[in-house]
Formats: sequence, C-alpha cells, structure tokens
Amino acid sequence: MGNDKKIVLIADDDMDYLFQMKMHIESFGFEVITAESQREAERVIEHTKPDLAIFDLMMESDDSGFILSFKMKRKYPDVPIILATAVASETGMSFGVNTQNDKQWIKADLYLEKGIRKDQLHKEINKLLKI
Amino acid sequence: MDKLNVLVVDDEPGIRSGVSRILNNFSVSYPFMDSDYGFNVVETSTGEEAVEIIENQDIEIVLLDNKLPGIQGTDVLEYINKYKPEILVMMITSYASLELAVKATNQGAYDFIPKPFTPQELKSALENVSKHIFLRGMTRKLNKEGKEIRYQFLSVLSHELKAPLNAIEGYLKIMQERQAGDKMDDYDQMLDRSLHRINGMRNLIMDLLDLTKIKLEKKTDKFQQVKVSEIAQNAVEAINPYAIQKDVQIFLHDKDVEINIDPGDLEIIFNNLISNAVKYNKNNGRVDVFIDKKDNLLIIKIKDTGIGLSEDEIKNLFEEFFRVKNEQTKHITGSGLGLPIVRKVLDIYHGDIHVESKVNEGSTFSVTLPV
Repeated sequence: MGNDKKIVLIADDDMDYLFQMKMHIESFGFEVITAESQREAERVIEHTKPDLAIFDLMMESDDSGFILSFKMKRKYPDVPIILATAVASETGMSFGVNTQNDKQWIKADLYLEKGIRKDQLHKEINKLLKI
Repeated sequence: MDKLNVLVVDDEPGIRSGVSRILNNFSVSYPFMDSDYGFNVVETSTGEEAVEIIENQDIEIVLLDNKLPGIQGTDVLEYINKYKPEILVMMITSYASLELAVKATNQGAYDFIPKPFTPQELKSALENVSKHIFLRGMTRKLNKEGKEIRYQFLSVLSHELKAPLNAIEGYLKIMQERQAGDKMDDYDQMLDRSLHRINGMRNLIMDLLDLTKIKLEKKTDKFQQVKVSEIAQNAVEAINPYAIQKDVQIFLHDKDVEINIDPGDLEIIFNNLISNAVKYNKNNGRVDVFIDKKDNLLIIKIKDTGIGLSEDEIKNLFEEFFRVKNEQTKHITGSGLGLPIVRKVLDIYHGDIHVESKVNEGSTFSVTLPV
C-alpha cells in the first residue's frame, strides 16, 4: 500500500504552518516531505522527485519560493507547484498566475494565500494531480 | 575603492581571460563619485552556471555572450530580468548579430559590446555602466525616507503579524474539529506553540510602540543628567533571569560617566543590545558590557561570545524586520525591530553604532554618544 502514495514536498520556514500542512495533507492520503528552508528543499529535490510541491514565497530571502520554483521546473518540468504566501492582496503585493504573461515568469502552477480551508486545499491538490 | 562584481559569461576562454586581465587593472573615477570603482571578475562558460552564480553571489554587472553551449544568453537575460532586475547586463555579440543585440537591449539588456572589442571599448562600456550604478545608488538614498519605505514597512509588518495569526488559527481549527484525537492531551503541543506565537506577536507590538514613540517625540523636556552605569545596571538586572536560563553570564565594566539624555532612550539602547547579546549567545557564554568616555564621547561596548554575524548579515542588521535566518537562530524569536529602534534612538542624539563580528566567535556592538 505504502508504495503507491503520492509524495508532496512542502517548504516553509514557519514550523507551525509546516506542521499543520503536513497533518492535513497526510490526512488526504499523501506522503509528505517537509523542508524548513529553501536550501533544505533544494537538497531534497536533488535526490527525490515529488509528485507535487508547495513552496512558501518568503524564506531565507523574499523570493525563495520563486527561486525554488525555477530550479524545480528546470529539473522536473512536469511536477506541479503551488506557491503559498501570507502576503495578502491588501498590501498590493499580490499576484496570481492567471495570465499567459504571469505563467511565463512565475514558474508555479497555482498561487495560494495561506489560511486556505482544508477542503479547498484538498480540491486544489487533486486538481493539479489530476485525481 | 569600491569593487563592482562583474560576471563574464562566454564559452571562449580567450574572451574571458582577456576581460579579466583588462578589468583587474582598471578603475573608474568621476569627480562626483565619493570613491573609485574597481572590478572583481567572475568567469563562466555556460548559461546554466551563470544562473547559479547570479543566485549565490552578489553580481552587479553581467557581460553575456548570446551563443552558449546550453541555454542561450537571452534565456539568462530573461532570468535576470525576472529575478535580479537590479543587475545590469551587457550583451557580447559578434558584428553579424547586431540585430540580435538591438533586440536584447529591447528585452532589457543595458547595453551591448560588439565582438571582437578593443580594451578601450571594453573600458568605456564599463565606465558607462559604473556611472549608472553610482547614480542609481544615489537616487535610492535620496528616496529612502520617502513613501516607498513606509509602504514597504507596512506590507512587511502585515506579513509579520499575519503569519502567527495563521498559525494560531490553524491550530484552533484542528482542535475544533478534534483532528488529533478526543483527549485534551493530544493538543498540548499545539497549545504550547499557539501561546509561543502569541508571545512573539506581543513582543512585536511592544517594539512597534517603541518605534512610533521614537518617531513622534523629540522630547527635550525629558532630558536629564543621568549616570550611565546606573541605567546599565538596571538593564543587566532586568535581563539576568533570562541570562540564567540560557546559562550566560553578564559582566558590567563601568566607569563614572554622565550624560544629558532621556533616560528611557538610554534604557532602550542597553536593553536591546544586552538582550540580543544573551539571546544569540551560546551555552556557557558571556556578555561583557563596557562603559567608557573619550573626548566628549560616551562609548558603550557590548561584547558577546555568541554565534556571530556574516558580513552580509551585518549589512542588513539595522533594516526593519531583518532577521538572521540559519540553523542556530531557527528557534529564537524576535520582532526584527530591536536594532532599527536602537539606530533611531541614536540618530536623535547624533550618536553612532557599529558592529564587529566573527561567525561562531561572537559580536561586539559599539555605541558612541556625544556627552
């Protein structure tokens, strides 16, 4: 049974968020690998190909999530990526990956605001994994 | 002399070594610049490696050949535009592809140098870029107190406040739905973490209050002649319980110095610096607080045996919300406002602060204040 579980890689420097995401996503029936920094996530993808990745935008630097996405897509172009951040629309720093132009440079498949409901998260992950 | 880091991306070794040779002995100076600019040259033969270097090192200028073995120069250019737009790119192109060079500048390259170039052509191209970099730096400095900074501050602040709220909310939802079991014990750890995050938020808010107070008041009516060692002693006593917990000893080496100051401000300086020195110390470490006077200057030195700071970290240390992030600081909480507050207080009194540090050995913060 254990072998056919899909692997989700989550990178976030907020250990509480990481813990909660792991708990939720495991409850959806996935195997979860966590990384507490951009660097740690980079080490993970060196030897492991996840089926889906969820990256926090701001870790060691303000654009860690972008850099990770870029590296990830270069190595595994077919693995869907979700970028998650707590920076909200009211700060003016919001951006979606909806237009063709956005997709060209934001190497992520979906942009999510943190604090998303569990069932919504489940739906989005299934959609990206085409389940 | 300031050094600009130049990355040369070309698959011809002759071009790379030529550029290195020319630029290593070349410097740019203009009458309006504070100091001359010299160049550090970093070389690579592929676009892939160029992207790695750009990510991991501070590069100001990229000399970029378009024809590369793997990914093309324009791909590297695209990457720079999106992720490191502050880097200035000079395309190196053969005469035959001038059209391409024009296209590249349209795509965001700063300029191009046709190949083969003479040393003089390379030098004058670099002169132009350096001037641009210098002017850009000046403009930024001038804008510093303006709206942009305030806006940035608010957006980072909302991020800093929202992260703990999200964490706490997440734990509460898990508890509400009994996701980890039916017993209260199943949630002990989550409760601890929630309280910890609330505490972090409270500290952030306290620091914010300090910061706004400083910004609003220049309260000469509160100035009084105070004994520096008394205030230092109070700060040490306040921090000592925490220091004992962390197994750090604080030593005060005082001298009889008096200063005309709002005592609350001097407290802010001592409290922040000493508590940092304890917080980022090692087990069994020590903190030495020196108070001295030299030529009408009060000199406060706070020396720790802690984890130390890299040069890059020192550069950003006084930026609001900057926090050193590494394995050793992972479990240390802080608002990222302590040192900016100290800097603001010192500005009011035309004081100064500087840091000397060695990674893994410790840091010394030196404050000077006119008496």
